[in-house]
Amino acid sequence: MIPDALSPERIRRSVTYLGAGLLVLAVTLYLALPIAALFFRTTPDIFLSSLSDPQVMSALWLSFVTSTLSLAIVILVGTPFAYVHTRCTYPGKILVDTLIDLPLVLPPAVAGVALLVLYGRAGFLGHYFNMLGISIAFTTLAVIMAQIFVASPFYLRQAKSLFEQFDQTYEHTARTLGASPVRTFLTITLPLTAGGLVSGAVMTFGRALGEFGATIMFAGNLPGVTQTMPLAVYVGIESNLTIGLTISILLVIISFVIMIAVKILAYREAGHA
Amino acid sequence: MLDVAIARNLRDFRLDIAFAVSPGEILVLMGSNGSGKSTTLNIIAGLLHPDTGCIRLNGTTLCEPARGTDMPIENRRIGYVFQNAAVFPHLTVRDNIGFGLRARGTDPQEIRTRVDELLGAINLGDLAMVKARNLSGGQKQRVALARALAIRPSLLMLDEPFTSLDTESTRGIKDLVRKFVNEMQIPCIVVTHRRTDSSDIGDRAFVLCSGRKEWEGLPGEMPEECLACQCV
Repeated sequence: MIPDALSPERIRRSVTYLGAGLLVLAVTLYLALPIAALFFRTTPDIFLSSLSDPQVMSALWLSFVTSTLSLAIVILVGTPFAYVHTRCTYPGKILVDTLIDLPLVLPPAVAGVALLVLYGRAGFLGHYFNMLGISIAFTTLAVIMAQIFVASPFYLRQAKSLFEQFDQTYEHTARTLGASPVRTFLTITLPLTAGGLVSGAVMTFGRALGEFGATIMFAGNLPGVTQTMPLAVYVGIESNLTIGLTISILLVIISFVIMIAVKILAYREAGHA
Repeated sequence: MLDVAIARNLRDFRLDIAFAVSPGEILVLMGSNGSGKSTTLNIIAGLLHPDTGCIRLNGTTLCEPARGTDMPIENRRIGYVFQNAAVFPHLTVRDNIGFGLRARGTDPQEIRTRVDELLGAINLGDLAMVKARNLSGGQKQRVALARALAIRPSLLMLDEPFTSLDTESTRGIKDLVRKFVNEMQIPCIVVTHRRTDSSDIGDRAFVLCSGRKEWEGLPGEMPEECLACQCV
């Protein structure tokens, strides 16, 4: 008689659980260890004292200002655009759809070069702006433009998906009751999709905050003007590791908060559904 | 008085019908799923467009493609209750009922009075400040009816209003519809595929089969061959 603990079924189940556990552990460690290493490389005292460093403060302030402005522009232009794009049929819609998604797979450095070729001093449009005394490349405006180019798909895709899935009976009802298309959008569609839109906005903000490749190509790396946090990390690693680590840890904390916020919003959305 | 004579090519057949509904009359539009009932209501409401024909309500042309007439949806003054009630979940019962009046720029005091009146009529005064997402199916249907009537429509249309309602709620909605249509003396179209609904509430039945009129007459006089047909 084989003892119960050694039965083939019991052994097979134990091996399965052990395999699954090891897989989860391996993936978790692969993702968590580099992040943990950042925190172990410094001490709370050094981290807190580095926070007041002018380079850190300047990069932090610039990143927040540019990311907030980028997000505001993406929301103000992107929300009505995504709605019109979803509800209307027009020639070249598939092409526009592809262009919306393109920055997600395009290397950010290429995006930066593309922006430079168009808006740089000798660029196709930049040349004319330059004649009017307007310079775009290597300014704070260029940082914002790079962030919008790279981060906007996160919001646009989310908004498109929400408007596509939205039950149009609500809109039809509002229209028959006497509401104009704009009023219907503002009082019915927007409030009922707000949770998902905020979730998309948070992701967009996070992506804008972490933007590096397009920014360094199109806006350069000028402290106080175009040096955002990721660029300051790059400089810090080469010249002052403490500064680089401090900003990196700050970015990890912000990213973590962003992901928690997105998960809470998604959970609340699911609760309302 | 509603006069409808419309045609529109649909995916599987051509919808081609003509009928009229008098003030205070309830026309029950019957037919199997996909026979063109909801499409007809959507065309009358302006959510879809006919290829040809004409829709007149109390002498005003709502739509006539040949003359390029197409009144905007929001100006047609049609109370339309959709199949799933479509009460706005993020608004309170009171705000749902007053939505159409606010959209039309009605005086706030008048909105309050009218909404209070309707809340009493549908017996939901206690739930006035409850968010519509928390209502039961029957309560949602009553709110949707009151919301459609708040704008004092010239025509009332209900698309399968009794689906997914229990017997008591169905009875309540039928009584309310009959009461309001009599009081307001407006034409009313009720879409259903249940014969019992037509005899309970309808003054006249119109049976639709693949976009064409199969039969029209008093609900109680529906012929056997029509009852045997899969349309009803």
